[in-house]
Amino acid sequence: MTLTEKALDGTGRFLDDRLHGAVSVRGFLRKIFPDHWSFLLGEIALYSFIILLLTGTFLTLFFQPSMTEVVYHGSYLPLRGVRMSEAYASTLDISFDVRGGLLMRQIHHWAALLFMGAIMVHMLRIFFTGAYRKPREFNWLIGIVLFTLGMLEGLFGYSLPDDLLSGTGLRITQGVIQSIPVIGTYFSFFLFGGPFPGHDIIPRLYVIHVLLIPGLLLALISAHLFLMFHQKHTQMPGKGVTNSNVVGAPMYPYFMAKTGAFFFFIFAVLALLSTFAQVNPIWLFGPYNPSGITAGSQPYFYMGALEGALRIMLPWEWNVAGHTIPFNVFIPALVPLGIIFTGAALWPFLERWATGDHREHHVNDRPRNAPTRTAIGMAAITFYGVLWLEGANDVIADQFQIPLFTLTWIARFAVILGPIFAYWVTKRICLGLQRKDAHVLEHGVETGIIRQLPSGEYIEVTRPVPEQTRATLEYNRVNAPELPRSAPEDADGVPAPGTTGMLGRARTAARRVITEGIPLEADGHGNGHGDGHPAAVSGGEQHALEQGGPDGADGDGHTPSH
Amino acid sequence: MSETNGSHWDLPPDGAEQAEPRGPYRVIGTPPPAQARTLLGDADSTAEVVVRELPAGPDDPRKAKGAERIVVALFTISLLASIAFIVAYVALPLHSLDGVFRSNLALGLSMAIAFGAVAMGAAIWVKVIMPHVELVEARKPLASTADARAAFAKTFTEGAEASGFAKRPMLRRTLIAASAGLALAPLVVLRDMGPLPGTSLRHTVWRKGMRLIVYGPNTPLRPADFAVPGQMITVVPDGYQDNLDVLAKATTIIIKFAPGQLVPNTPQRYGTQMNWTVDNIVAYSKICTHVGCPVALYEETTHNILCPCHQSTFDATRGAAVIFGPAARPLPQLPLGTDAQGYLIATHDYYEPVGPSFWERG
Repeated sequence: MTLTEKALDGTGRFLDDRLHGAVSVRGFLRKIFPDHWSFLLGEIALYSFIILLLTGTFLTLFFQPSMTEVVYHGSYLPLRGVRMSEAYASTLDISFDVRGGLLMRQIHHWAALLFMGAIMVHMLRIFFTGAYRKPREFNWLIGIVLFTLGMLEGLFGYSLPDDLLSGTGLRITQGVIQSIPVIGTYFSFFLFGGPFPGHDIIPRLYVIHVLLIPGLLLALISAHLFLMFHQKHTQMPGKGVTNSNVVGAPMYPYFMAKTGAFFFFIFAVLALLSTFAQVNPIWLFGPYNPSGITAGSQPYFYMGALEGALRIMLPWEWNVAGHTIPFNVFIPALVPLGIIFTGAALWPFLERWATGDHREHHVNDRPRNAPTRTAIGMAAITFYGVLWLEGANDVIADQFQIPLFTLTWIARFAVILGPIFAYWVTKRICLGLQRKDAHVLEHGVETGIIRQLPSGEYIEVTRPVPEQTRATLEYNRVNAPELPRSAPEDADGVPAPGTTGMLGRARTAARRVITEGIPLEADGHGNGHGDGHPAAVSGGEQHALEQGGPDGADGDGHTPSH
Repeated sequence: MSETNGSHWDLPPDGAEQAEPRGPYRVIGTPPPAQARTLLGDADSTAEVVVRELPAGPDDPRKAKGAERIVVALFTISLLASIAFIVAYVALPLHSLDGVFRSNLALGLSMAIAFGAVAMGAAIWVKVIMPHVELVEARKPLASTADARAAFAKTFTEGAEASGFAKRPMLRRTLIAASAGLALAPLVVLRDMGPLPGTSLRHTVWRKGMRLIVYGPNTPLRPADFAVPGQMITVVPDGYQDNLDVLAKATTIIIKFAPGQLVPNTPQRYGTQMNWTVDNIVAYSKICTHVGCPVALYEETTHNILCPCHQSTFDATRGAAVIFGPAARPLPQLPLGTDAQGYLIATHDYYEPVGPSFWERG
């Protein structure tokens, strides 16, 4: 009996007798996983989360979430005899008196940074490839909630050690909460158990950080994975790929081994980073003190945009009817990220409404084939990016010798003009790339070889487009059926239903913008030219094209073209 | 589930399984029939439809042989690194900065190798030893068929009718009301999380006669102690040096100026309250009026006080008026005086709330 036969005969039978797994588990083992490097981004986030759970559990064994004042007597000499909270003292103990404690702290910290970074890039990938489209809107929304929770979880986590830097972050958080009209003061007093800093905030943040938010994250990540599993993966366009199949390698043994290796790889990278790249050396900052601060203090990168928004804001504050409305604080704290998150959450529905595209989509778009979406994404990145950079404006001003106030003024304009410029440039680039694709499909791949015909005419020799490339380039150009209601009016000039009225006109306009693109010839590889690609083919060339055709292999496998 | 078929690993479909028993009934104490003991199909009966989905061996057996040796070596290295991790944990003491960093280096490196070697080994295993395959799985539309939807609608309607949820409005409305009550009640129990703010944000502990203590050395100050005008000094109320709740509001900065440098407050132009200064020494709250960071940076040449968090900038000669940044209000000025021994004291609390703005501030 072979090893597999023995396993099936023993364990397999035992389990199937009780769980009836042969049918469902077989389906699971044969589940097909499409392969593309960008599909690993979500996995990075998932595995960082698992590593966060593992290392976080270790840290809870030693961390004391208490603001009771103690005098430090541990191994770190410079702070011996200093009064500090138990939270800070126990973090010093984890770093200096628990073996592996510093490593675990650093892995936990690096994993948190990687978690947030991976989520961001993963979301961008989903957005730019249109993978959020029907039927995956729920998973997109879950993802946005996960990102928001991740930000909070990170903020609360780095507040726990109660060092000078984290306490300053907490102070800013408190100031922002206090600025919220009507409820701010009460919210702050209830959260902090009285005036800032009080003695309650660290124990409270601790339970939120180790129990409440991780529980929510775990539940939502499970739902995220279940939905992805149930709805099957999207895939990149390519040869043999259609909207009604999944092409790739099966779960067992391929994906299992690959993803296991990837988890170990991420753990190894985080361990390496934590060995050689020091992160959050809280012993250098000292215990928190509301009257102390260091210059150049920065939040972690995923908070940078919020910090930048606070820095960029104009000093607007109103005093109305005995009340203070600090627009200078709560607007930057709520509005910029509010625009991004709300916009991201609404976008799939807005796009579906505008285009009238109610089909299921399982094959991803190439970003260039959805120029408006790509341009909006780039505009959002620019908006976020300017705020993010402004969050480090003191460091930038120092490094590049730009006056600080000048830099802030540049950012104040760039945060408005930058996204507009990015939208315009991106859209131009996308349309340009579409023209290039159309050109390649129509005329074949340029070889750079110029040949003189017996008639004396010069032509450029082209190669036929490889099948895989053709499949990729043509998808969503050839396969995309005409959208319903894409004609604004019928032959008699009667407007299509849903296009009249203010909403209808807005919808028509939005559709025109969203579906803008360079069309291909109907047959996909004819000799025509797309819109905005003025025909420049002379009669002679036209003749040559008709004879050869870009992918019709003539004698030597080369096709003459212009 | 995969739409592949024809493999001899296939079990009969669900329905068939139910229709006929898996094997003859067993008599207790007798060995089970051979067929029921295994998940392997009966090779004889399906021999003609054996179609492999996955090849049995690697694409290139010679390369696979070499790869196998590498993978085995990597897995062995991982095991050794794990052992090294344990040895480093036991052998390397901490208790000094050097010790901690040595331990971190040894533990981190062995951990990275232990994980990394397995990762590399498994990756090579998949790439070289496992044969390359590409399978196609059919994708069904997610929407259920019209029949399935109709059946669901029937079940759903029947349930709704049986429960009377739709037909008995009082039942429905009182249940909704009860749910609202259940949602409201838990909000109330959060009330004791903190005291009500009251007017506590309007006051600090500063009061008439309280000495200004230099933060750190904890010594009182005489105006004569300032040899030259210039630097900014952080002071706190005497007796509260270790009370963080007090410091979060009452921390103050004092700066001495040369005569004539301070710009007095006039109805036309915001400036320094000169009667609150002593000997050209002026005191401002150190808590930024933006979101409460300590305004810790001072530039002597421009008399600018700068908050390092969001760069709100205040002119120290003109009553700490805002000259740049997101803060909307000047830093409040503390009225100063001297006591009988000549030490600097406050003559009153701040006349306006210090720190970030809030709704009730007015």
